[in-house]
Amino acid sequence: MSHSSAGPEHFHAQARSALGDPQLRQNFRGAMDYLQDKRKSAFFDPVEEAQLRDLSAAIRQRCLSKLPQLLEQLEANCTRNGIEVHWAENDKEANDIIASIAQRHNAKSIVKGKSMVSEEIELNHEMAKLGIECLESDMGEYIVQLDGDKPSHIIMPAIHKNKQEVSDTFALHLDDFEPTVDVDELIQTGRSHLRQKFHDADIGLSGVNFAVAETGTLCLVENEGNGRMCTTVPKVHIAITGIEKVVEFLADVPPLFNVLTRSATGQAVTTYFNMISSPRKNGELDGPLEVHLVLLDNGRSQAYQDEEMRKTLQCIRCGACMNHCPVYTRVGGHAYGTVYPGPIGQIISPHIMGLEKTKDLVTASSLCGACGEVCPVRIPIPEMLQRLRTHAKNPPKADIMPLKGQASGASTLESWVMKGFVLAATSPKIYHSATWSLSKLNAFMPNHIGPWTQCRTSPKPADKTLHQLIKIRHKKKSDKP
Amino acid sequence: MRIYPAKPHTVYCYGTCLVDMFDPEAGLDAIHLLELQGLKVIFIEKQTCCGQPAYSSGYTNEAKRVAASQMALFTEPWPVIVLSGSCGGMMHHHYRRMFQGDNIQSHVEQFCDRVFELTEFLVNVCRIKLEDKGDLTSVVMHTSCAARREMNVHVTATQLLNQLCNVALQEHAYESECCGFGGTFAVRHPAISQAMVEDKTHHLLETKSVALVSADWGCLLNINGALEYQGQSMKGRHLASFLLERIGGK
Ligand code: SF4
Repeated sequence: MSHSSAGPEHFHAQARSALGDPQLRQNFRGAMDYLQDKRKSAFFDPVEEAQLRDLSAAIRQRCLSKLPQLLEQLEANCTRNGIEVHWAENDKEANDIIASIAQRHNAKSIVKGKSMVSEEIELNHEMAKLGIECLESDMGEYIVQLDGDKPSHIIMPAIHKNKQEVSDTFALHLDDFEPTVDVDELIQTGRSHLRQKFHDADIGLSGVNFAVAETGTLCLVENEGNGRMCTTVPKVHIAITGIEKVVEFLADVPPLFNVLTRSATGQAVTTYFNMISSPRKNGELDGPLEVHLVLLDNGRSQAYQDEEMRKTLQCIRCGACMNHCPVYTRVGGHAYGTVYPGPIGQIISPHIMGLEKTKDLVTASSLCGACGEVCPVRIPIPEMLQRLRTHAKNPPKADIMPLKGQASGASTLESWVMKGFVLAATSPKIYHSATWSLSKLNAFMPNHIGPWTQCRTSPKPADKTLHQLIKIRHKKKSDKP
Repeated sequence: MRIYPAKPHTVYCYGTCLVDMFDPEAGLDAIHLLELQGLKVIFIEKQTCCGQPAYSSGYTNEAKRVAASQMALFTEPWPVIVLSGSCGGMMHHHYRRMFQGDNIQSHVEQFCDRVFELTEFLVNVCRIKLEDKGDLTSVVMHTSCAARREMNVHVTATQLLNQLCNVALQEHAYESECCGFGGTFAVRHPAISQAMVEDKTHHLLETKSVALVSADWGCLLNINGALEYQGQSMKGRHLASFLLERIGGK
C-alpha cells in the first residue's frame, strides 16, 4: 500500500488515518521496540554514554560556531583535491545544478545511494521531468520507490513495512520473483536487480554524513555497499549535503561516527565507511572521473542566525529521536508529511518549509522529553519545540530575526483564552472565585467536553478546593483550646 | 546532579492548580506528611498556577507574567515544595530559561534553586523513614515525563514506595513512556493522545495491581479519566495520600 502524504498541513488527517491502521501500528511498534533495545545494549555504560554525548555535542557546537569559515575551507580543500563545489540556496537551485551536470554528460540515468537531502529537493521527481531516471539503490529506498512511496524513517526508509509486505511489493513489480518471506532471499532479489543498474548508470549520487573542512574529504556511512557502488562505478559522482554537515577536523569524525551508529542501529561500526577525497587520479583503476559536491542551504541559515535554534543543526541524522518518540511510534513517518519526520523533523522542517505549513507539527508533541534524552549530540528538542510554538503564535520582536511563517499560528480566540488564564492566575481573587464556582458546579459538569471525552470521562472537581480546606483546617486549629 | 540543602525548619507548600481543584485531600495529605517530618508548612493563600499551560502553548510572555506573580509570593528563603513533578520542572527549570537575560535573572535563579518536588524533598532533604502499617498489597506507579526527565524524581518516588515493606511495587511495560497528557497536547491532538492513554491504561492494568499511584495530577487526570471511561475499577491516587495512609497517618 502506498502511504500518500499530502504535506504537513494535513498532519491531523494523516495521523488519524495512520492510527486507524492496525498493521501499520504494529509494524512501527515492533520496529521501534527493536531499535530502542539495540540502542540500549550499544550504550551499556551510562558514564561512557554521557561522556561520548558531551564530546559529540561539543564537537558539533564548535563546528557550527565557525560554520561560514569551515564551509569556505571545505570548498578550498575540495577544489584543491579536484572536487567541484556548488552552492545551492534552495531546492530549485540544487536541482538546476544537478540537471546541468547531467545534461553536460548527456546522462539518462542516475543511480542513488541513500540521501535524505535528495528527498528534500525532490530530485527524482525533478529529474524525471527532464527525462533522467533516478534509481534508488539503498534496499529500503528501493522498496519504497517500487511502491511509488516515500521514506517513513531517515535511517530505515521502509520500516513501515513487514517482510510479508515487502514480498508483496516485489511480487507486484519484479517479473521473476518467487514470493518468499525469507529476509535474506528478499535482499538477494533486490540486490541482483540492482547489479546491472550500477554498471549502466551515467551518474552516481550520494549524500554525505560528514564533510571534513581540514582535508576536503566526504565521509559516507552505510551498511549495504551500495553507497560505495554509487560513488565508484559511474563516471560521475555527485554528492549532495546540507551545509550543516561540515566538521572542522578529520579527528572530529571518529567520535561522531561512534555515536551515530550506536544511536541509529545499535552497531559499534557500520559495514562500510567511505572516505572520498578526489576523483580518480592518473594511474588509478577505478573511481569516478568527476566528483561534484552540492552544498544546500534551504532554510538552514535561518536556524543558524539564532544561537539557540542553531542547536537544531547539530543533528547527525541518527534517527534515535524518532525511535523513542511516543508520537512517531504511533503515527509513523508518513503522517508528518515532511522529509524528516519525528522530533528532528518537527524542529528542522519549520526552517525548511516555514511555520505556516508546519505549525501543527510543532504542537504534535507532549514534550515528554524522550527525544532529548537519547539525542547523541544533546539537542534540547523539547525546548526547541517550545520556542517554535512561541514563534508560531507571536509576531517577530525587533531584535530577533523573524522566522519564515512567524505568527501564522496566532489565533484570536486562543489568545483571549490565554489572556483570561493570565488574569485568573495572577489575581488570586479571580482565581479563587473561578475554582470555587467550578467546585460548586461539580454536579453540573457536562459529560462531554470536546475531544477530551472521546476516550475519557469528564474531570470532576472536588467539592472544596485545597484553598478552602486549608482555611477550614486553620480555623479548626485556632478554635482548639 | 543536584546538591541538596540541610533540612530546614519551615517550608512552603505549592499545591498546583490541579491538586487545588481535583484532589485537595492530596494537598492536605502532603502537608501532613511534611509536618510529620517536623517541618512547619506554610501554604500561601494567594498562590494559583505555575503558568505551564501558557508556556507549553507558546505564550511565553503570558507565562512569564504568571511566573513573576507566583515568585513574588514566596518571600522567605524557605524551600518551595511542589506537589507535582511537571509543575516542579516548570518552576525549577523553565522559569530559569524564561527569564534568561532579564534584569531579574539572578533573583529568579535563587527562587528556582529553592523549588523541590515533594518526593525528592522527602527523600533527599528529609531523609524520610517510612514505617508501613498497612496490609500486604501491590501497587503500580506512573511518573510524569517531566518529573522523570527534568527532575529525576521517578527515582525518589520509587525509593519511597520501596520503603513500604508490605507493598509490592509492580513495573509496567513501557514505564517511561508518556501517558499522552502533555497539557494542551491532549486537546490539540486528541487522536494521538487517545492512542497513548489507551496503551498506558492497558499496560497499567496488565500488572493486575491493586492500586495506581502517581505524584502528578496532570497524568492522573488523563489516566483516571480513561480508566473510568473504560469502566475499570482501578483508580489512581496521589502518592502523598497513599503514603500517609500506609504509615497510619490517616
Ligand atoms: S535530533 Fe539527535 S536523535 Fe534526532 S536524528 Fe538528530 S542527532 Fe539523532
